[in-house]
Amino acid sequence: MAVNLLLGSWVSLPIDGLSFERLDSLLYTFFGFVALGLFVGLVFGAWSVFPNTSFWLLCVVTSASSVVILLILLLSIFYRGIPAFNPPKDDIVAELSEIDTKLSALAADSSEAQELTARQTELQELEQVIDTSFLNKAPAPGAREAGIGPALLGSIWVCVGCAVFFLPLGVGTAIFLEEFKPRNKILRWFTDMLQLNINNLAGVPSIVYGILGMTVFATMFGLFGTSKDPFIELGTEFKRQYVTEGMQVVFIPTDSRDEEPELSDGMTAFKSDGSEVKLNIIGDDDDFPEDDATLNVSLFGDAEGGVVADNAWYSFRLPLGRSVLAASLTLMLVILPVVIISTQEALRAVPMSLRQGAQGLGCTPWQTVRNVTLPAAIPGIMTGCILSMSRAIGEAAPILMISGIVAISMGPQHLMDDFSILPLQIFYWAALPVNDADPHNFQHVAAGAIIVLLLVLFAFNSVAILLRQLAQKQLS
Amino acid sequence: MKKILPVFVLAVIACFLTTPTSVLSQDGLKDLEGTIVVDGSSTVAPITIAADAGFRKIAPKVKVPVGISGTGGGFKRFTKGETDISDASRPIKYAEFEKCKANDVALIEIPVAYYGLTIAVGKSNDFVEQLTVDQLKKIFLADKKDKSFVNAKTWKDLDDAWPAKQIKIFSPGTDSGTFDYFKEVVVGKSESSMREDMSVSEDDQVLVQGIANTEGAIGFFGASYYFANQDKLKGVKIVNPETGKPVEVSAENIESGAYAPFSRPLFIYVNAKSARRPEVKVFVNYYLDNATELASKVKYVGLPKEINDAAKAHFKKRKTGTHFWVLKDGEPAKREGSLSETYTVDNLLK
Repeated sequence: MAVNLLLGSWVSLPIDGLSFERLDSLLYTFFGFVALGLFVGLVFGAWSVFPNTSFWLLCVVTSASSVVILLILLLSIFYRGIPAFNPPKDDIVAELSEIDTKLSALAADSSEAQELTARQTELQELEQVIDTSFLNKAPAPGAREAGIGPALLGSIWVCVGCAVFFLPLGVGTAIFLEEFKPRNKILRWFTDMLQLNINNLAGVPSIVYGILGMTVFATMFGLFGTSKDPFIELGTEFKRQYVTEGMQVVFIPTDSRDEEPELSDGMTAFKSDGSEVKLNIIGDDDDFPEDDATLNVSLFGDAEGGVVADNAWYSFRLPLGRSVLAASLTLMLVILPVVIISTQEALRAVPMSLRQGAQGLGCTPWQTVRNVTLPAAIPGIMTGCILSMSRAIGEAAPILMISGIVAISMGPQHLMDDFSILPLQIFYWAALPVNDADPHNFQHVAAGAIIVLLLVLFAFNSVAILLRQLAQKQLS
Repeated sequence: MKKILPVFVLAVIACFLTTPTSVLSQDGLKDLEGTIVVDGSSTVAPITIAADAGFRKIAPKVKVPVGISGTGGGFKRFTKGETDISDASRPIKYAEFEKCKANDVALIEIPVAYYGLTIAVGKSNDFVEQLTVDQLKKIFLADKKDKSFVNAKTWKDLDDAWPAKQIKIFSPGTDSGTFDYFKEVVVGKSESSMREDMSVSEDDQVLVQGIANTEGAIGFFGASYYFANQDKLKGVKIVNPETGKPVEVSAENIESGAYAPFSRPLFIYVNAKSARRPEVKVFVNYYLDNATELASKVKYVGLPKEINDAAKAHFKKRKTGTHFWVLKDGEPAKREGSLSETYTVDNLLK
């Protein structure tokens, strides 16, 4: 109780702690600080008397508490997220078997039996559990039908795309800053500035990069039109989609986004399986067809079609819009400073004697880097890069700016596609209204998604450790 | 010409007599392709996601990415023509409507469900059963500078029969449509403002926990959060300002309009140019045909049949414009009245 009150007053401290009208909350705050002061005093008091034992004790206590906190966190996530821990409730199972026995005794068409069957289907729905099929299902309004398939694919696309950009850029920059230090005073001043900026950028909140990525990559300052009317578009084919009077879907290929084909009798259209059909256009003087076969290919002369774009996986447009590529580039911005700094550290750890040896044998600076420094630093570089990737896959804030999509039925098919990612999905599900009594609500789906995310991270890190072990050689 | 006329008449009659779903045999629509971009309110998003989940069974190749940029953020994109459908938990603002006109974006306004706002207290609170809007003002409004209005610090300040426990307030974030709506009702046109010493959270689950576990707490959030947590919270009856009777928050009372003034309609806004595209047309028709079931699936309240029918007719005839603004001598003014009075073709402002 006291703890609750104490915490309560602390939580609301920034808002009303300084208002003198609420003396009690001020009082609680005061007591809180007194308690904190006593604790700190105790620790320092003990320190001055038994320094060695106290330090040892402090280390043990802090490490133990961190382990305990992490364990509680992990266990609660695993408890919620793993279906085996959340079997259907006993009363539901009991009631279902009860209905079963009652139903077998009743005639199938009596009103009571129908009532019981209705209740049975209701209960059967509740009896369902969230199982591993959620890995390839799409988001849905009910927790039992919802899945993370598209989001998982989205995460993989975005992170792979991100790796393609940040690896060469990050490692290249670090090599330039570390191995090709200029002698010229002005140039050196320039690289020092660069270094300073990179160090500062590593601490910028990721949402800021989200806003930056939105302007620079997604909308491109509005210089190239909008994503619906792009300046450049490659690898995309357009077709007009029509629904015929017989409710069939037909397509007419067009050359551009805006071209509206002139509908004429007997012109060729395609069905979605690629088969050709001859269109029947109903003009002002024609009869409305009556047989299904003709209806299926019939369109009014003023029928409205909508443009559909077929994108190849490599398709490209400017501006990038809210696409996988824009998100990859934005995530690259987020982790680039970290990658550069960690790569620099790895390069610095290579003993100077190796470089001097290579130079003594007549190697050019580039040959030294290519054959000596870089191979020696690869394990360290790899560690930094994989850790950065782990950060990238868990980042939600910048992608919330770029995509903001929390429900999509399929994963990305090309680099310009809309997408969602796991952290966004978790963020959305965790805030939905849930009934705690139901052991399969959205918080459990969110917990399941977190476990998948953790597993992906774990896989990343294992690969990193493995590669590092393989690449590690004894230096000097 | 002789032959067409009866067929034409028959077709027209068929169109009016039957709903679109029964006319279509929907098998052929499984080949439908395309992407329908939806963004906007996170309050409306669950209904749209439910619509998408059902629509997938009819047209599995159509992609409906649903974003949650918030009502304002969604309109920002909608006015530029970036999105096909904008989810909105309030009617469009006049400034946003003007921007649409400037960018040549015509909109079709479609109400899809009712959303009730619950004022809740903890289960341990055994004295508060009902509150009037005036009492809510005393709780939620900040003290005015002229000191003529003093807000309630303890429950005793509201009613002498209640204990002198401190009132602790939990409120959704100031960016949310829920907060805006509550503020609109409680603050109204007066010059006062909401008080600042509230515990604010963007996460409604946090509000639920806070109200349930704090003594003397009160707060407000979407009714769906209350319906899911009835074992922890007590919904306060609100005295209807017109009838003077306390009304409980429930699906029936929200639908009948008795739960006033804290129930409001939710909307989708469809870009009229996008509505020409077959996949958008079929999707919105599906949405409207199943609006009631979709709403109740995500614990919202469906609209009465007349309004749903009016919305279907609006979409079919592509009646563009907003119903919620009138121009009086060139100055925009908000139209007053209930949804069924407001949502008619005559009230459209183009």
